[in-house]
Amino acid sequence: MDLLQRFATGDLDAFESLFRQHQGAVYRWIVRIVRDPATAEDLTVETFWRAYRAHARFRPDGNFEAWLRQIGTNAALDHLRSVRQHVPLREDLPADPAPDAAEQDESRRAIFSALLSLPPRLRIVVQLGLIEQQPYREISDALGISESAVKLRMFRAIRILRKKLQQWDVRP
Amino acid sequence: MKDREFKELDKKLRDAIPPLRQPELGRDLWPAMLQKMNEPRVRVPWFDWLLAAVAAAVLLFFPGAIPALLYHL
Repeated sequence: MDLLQRFATGDLDAFESLFRQHQGAVYRWIVRIVRDPATAEDLTVETFWRAYRAHARFRPDGNFEAWLRQIGTNAALDHLRSVRQHVPLREDLPADPAPDAAEQDESRRAIFSALLSLPPRLRIVVQLGLIEQQPYREISDALGISESAVKLRMFRAIRILRKKLQQWDVRP
Repeated sequence: MKDREFKELDKKLRDAIPPLRQPELGRDLWPAMLQKMNEPRVRVPWFDWLLAAVAAAVLLFFPGAIPALLYHL
């Protein structure tokens, strides 16, 4: 019996092997959504906990990593909903250098606030699709919706962001 | 929305919130996983189950109460 089949029967050793194989990938996906390493670690554990409890529903011929990513995205969405507008995105994580960041500080803050004010299901699409440049295919798989639904959410999010920035007199 | 406007906003967003650079997991999370698995499960008090059953029964027998309930939620 292979690892995934053993996992589907609830084998703890198989779960541990799969955990060690996939914890990094799940963490990387989640940290792109929540942008906070400690929260991403907690949510990675939560993701695997949910997966373990749902082991009987996993089909061993399916894509384990995609399944985990979907569970992780839901866990991250639950987190964003629970802390909505209370926790800002971390700015001190290693990131690509931002051109003219200093001179556009006010505009940055406005864009930050506008992004935080989006409903989590729209915000997640903007963060993964626009900021992190993840392929729409992966986002749609992780959210369990079609690619056209992802594009629609992106369009709606951009429209809301643009409107907010115009209200605050920040030129998008 | 015009394509140019979309691209401008896209650029502004990425300037304001730069993409993460290859975020890596700094430690093995298996011990935390084991700790979570060994935590005692949260038990729902019997009174909560009773309350949920009563609420479900009320909604079943008096469906007219659903809009009022939704309004107050």
